[in-house]
Amino acid sequence: MAKNKIIVVGGGLSGLMATLKICEAGGEVDLFSYCPVKRSHSLCAQGGINACMDTKGEHDSIYEHFDDTVYGGDFLADQLAVKGMVEAAPKLIKMFDRMGVPFTRTPEGVLDLRNFGGQKNKRTCFAGSTTGQQLLYALDEQVRRWEVKGGVTKYEFWEFVKIFKDKNGVCRGIIAQSMNSMEIKAFKSDVVILATGGPGQVFGRCTASTICNGSAVSAVYQQGAKIANPEFIQIHPTAIPGSDKNRLMSEACRGEGGRVWVYRDGKPWYFLEDMYPAYGNLVPRDVASRAIFKVCVHMDLGINHDRRVYLDLSHIPADYLERKLGGIIEIYTEFVGKDPRKVPMEIFPSVHYSMGGIYVDRKHFTNIPGLMASGECDHQYHGANRLGANSLLSAAYSGTVSGPEAMKWAKENVSKLCEITDAEIEAARKEVQDEYDKIRQMNGPENAHKLHQEMGEIMYEYVSIERDNNGLDICLGKLKEILKRWENIGVTDHGNWANQEAMFVRQLRNMIIYAMAITKSARSRDESRGAHAKIMLDENGKRIEKDGELQFYPRNDEKFMFTSVVSFDAATEEPVVTYEEFEHSLIKARPRNYAVAKKE
Amino acid sequence: MAEQKKTVKFIIERQDSPTSKPYTQEFEIPYRPALNVVASLMEIQKNPVTTDGKKVAPVVWECNCLEKVCGACMMVINGKARQACCALIDELEQPIRLQPARTFPVIRDLHIDRSVMFESLKRVQAWVEVDGSWEVKDAPIQNPYTATTAYEISHCMTCGCCLEACPNVGPQSDFIGASPSVQAYLFNLHPLGKFDKEKRLEALMGKGGITSCGNSQNCVEVCPKNIKLTTYLAQLNRDVNKQALKNIFNK
Ligand SMILES: Cc1cc2nc3c(=O)[nH]c(=O)nc-3n(C[C@H](O)[C@H](O)[C@H](O)COP(=O)(O)OP(=O)(O)OC[C@H]3O[C@@H](n4cnc5c(N)ncnc54)[C@H](O)[C@@H]3O)c2cc1C
Ligand code: SF4
Ligand code: SF4
Ligand code: FES
Repeated sequence: MAKNKIIVVGGGLSGLMATLKICEAGGEVDLFSYCPVKRSHSLCAQGGINACMDTKGEHDSIYEHFDDTVYGGDFLADQLAVKGMVEAAPKLIKMFDRMGVPFTRTPEGVLDLRNFGGQKNKRTCFAGSTTGQQLLYALDEQVRRWEVKGGVTKYEFWEFVKIFKDKNGVCRGIIAQSMNSMEIKAFKSDVVILATGGPGQVFGRCTASTICNGSAVSAVYQQGAKIANPEFIQIHPTAIPGSDKNRLMSEACRGEGGRVWVYRDGKPWYFLEDMYPAYGNLVPRDVASRAIFKVCVHMDLGINHDRRVYLDLSHIPADYLERKLGGIIEIYTEFVGKDPRKVPMEIFPSVHYSMGGIYVDRKHFTNIPGLMASGECDHQYHGANRLGANSLLSAAYSGTVSGPEAMKWAKENVSKLCEITDAEIEAARKEVQDEYDKIRQMNGPENAHKLHQEMGEIMYEYVSIERDNNGLDICLGKLKEILKRWENIGVTDHGNWANQEAMFVRQLRNMIIYAMAITKSARSRDESRGAHAKIMLDENGKRIEKDGELQFYPRNDEKFMFTSVVSFDAATEEPVVTYEEFEHSLIKARPRNYAVAKKE
Repeated sequence: MAEQKKTVKFIIERQDSPTSKPYTQEFEIPYRPALNVVASLMEIQKNPVTTDGKKVAPVVWECNCLEKVCGACMMVINGKARQACCALIDELEQPIRLQPARTFPVIRDLHIDRSVMFESLKRVQAWVEVDGSWEVKDAPIQNPYTATTAYEISHCMTCGCCLEACPNVGPQSDFIGASPSVQAYLFNLHPLGKFDKEKRLEALMGKGGITSCGNSQNCVEVCPKNIKLTTYLAQLNRDVNKQALKNIFNK
């Protein structure tokens, strides 16, 4: 019998994990990635990966990890999905350990654990400050082993462009393009798993890699896959602002004792410790980002009145810093030219992670049969806000679910699928070919990269830390204009060999459409929850203030404790938002307040 | 000084395809503090016009992480193989010369084909032969000092600087270079990886193996991850020799 063929798009932690599981189950994988999978974005992760190992005498429990995740996500995460993930976490860590991940160890040789935001117990396993790199390499090595054994065929430097479906609407494969020869080809498979990571580039500057553009997600969204909770974009509180990229200073800095402050009345003001005495500098990301924003923008206390605050490690012994945070310190020294062991770092919040993504069930199936999604590109596990070190976990764990489920689905369903003819497949391929040929001939006055920058600036202005309905309406209008202006792009590279410009133009259109889904979903949600904080407006459209404090919508469980589900209206190219139930019966929703210790 | 630095000048070696002839083009972009080479190339993308006013195709290169961890953006900058994303303009002499790392086949402009490095990782079996990704039992405890060494080597991002700088890697020999060799050493340190130590050493004995290393130390000087390559190459050399002797006696 022929082996089941699964296409995995994306070789980050999630795609590689899925690939391994499929090979082990006897399937065959065609693995697609922009870059050699060993260079995937997962390797940027610094801080660590959460798992209840309970080796620090704190009586940490899986239940506590479960509760922290649900509470941290402001009660918008599917609780059964989260439960599965936290239960599997310690086993995954042991697997990574066997595969050779050089985790940081205690003097007696067992895995060391560190603190992370939004958790009171030490629960974060780490490999110095390059945890993502080390985890990714371990999976990369195991997948290379399968490449040698047969089972995996890699298509690196190939861009996924679209899926194709049969006449019953079942996904039967993908159209992809070689980024060097520019050949556009159709690939058939039994199941397609997207593991394409986050959409950070929609915001222009972010902490993510340049390849995290959300383009693949947007492509399948335009083909009928639904997106869920896209309005929940995590803004990381501590990044070095830069023109090419905002470089992350890991939460581990705060976990290892880093303190955030600004001058007030000539004296250091440790405002997080002041505002949130129970968690102090270790409040979750959304809370810390809003506080920094408030201190800089509304109180004008930023360094030199700029949008910057101090993140201070200089009180921590240098050798301890070197051992625990070496890689991070190196990044700061390398890119800023100052030594964080001696002077406080200057940081500001940056777009970092997308809690939302392709709408999937607990087995990672999308609403299109034969199409699955896992990793940062799906919407599962984090609700309205993700805890630090939970996404390496969700990326790896989701692969252990999507891989085996893909095989199961293939075994049960492939024989029942209708015939898809070569002519049908060629028609789908031809459509992509025509679109690409058209892009190569674009001759308008707009530059794609400038347009991208403009879009990023708009998204930061209206859809980041603080949002209000006026701004979101303006933003939607501007995005529509940008979509129109996209038609007037001109390319200077009309060639047909490694044409990065033409590919970027295609990606940009997908990014604009993704941006519209984020903005519309944010516009529709009239509450504040997790990363989504919305300011109330009075009847004249002015921001409401009380005693000098902006008034945010409260969380509204009755109306909004639902998953936002966004579908693409092909006629208008606009997003349509509806709300769906999810599983939240295990832990009852309670107010989220990090000024006091968490109560269960 | 600052006033004079209003612009940054680049001389970029370009090549339209693997087989076509290289040529150079000059670009000038506005100066900004903290500017690096990748950020400069991005600036050129926004306005791909040469200093003599010619509209050209934007320069092609590879990058992902922009924080010196993915290895993608390696190129030759002012004559030295290094990562472009952390090459700060302030620290470079102008005009800045960018060239592809020609130890590897050029795909286009500064974009090169490093697949040979990934193939070498197959040759030295740079992995642990775990039974599977399922649960077995607790992973073995590891000596924290050995783990620290492993951590250092495990930073290797397959960038290829060490191959580009090595006088013995190139068309004249089959030498696989420092990076893949030292990866073999890494897996020989792991408590489970050790079980296949002999296989890895055997793989390093043949053609293009460690005997091709002339111990010229160039690699260690350019490694952006500061991996003590020559130290581990020396250790590996001893291990390989020991293995070779053992093979003779076991014949
Ligand atoms: C700076 C930084 C630090 C972080 N630190 C932590 C941390 O300490 N702990 C933690 O838990 N999480 C952390 N995260 C988050 C975490 O790294 C990511 O969420 C996670 O790695 C995502 O993994 P993934 O497998 O879903 O996707 P990725 O690793 O992003 O992989 C995506 C893959 O898809 C491919 N791809 C995408 N689109 C296409 C296409 N159209 N065609 C072909 N291939 C495509 C890419 O080539 C790549 O191989 C951090 C994130 C950042 C930005
Ligand atoms: S020591 Fe010299 S010959 Fe050996 S790998 Fe390094 S650069 Fe090459
Ligand atoms: S050993 Fe150093 S120089 Fe060589 S590929 Fe690895 S990181 Fe690059
Ligand atoms: S872009 Fe990743 S190392 Fe430079």
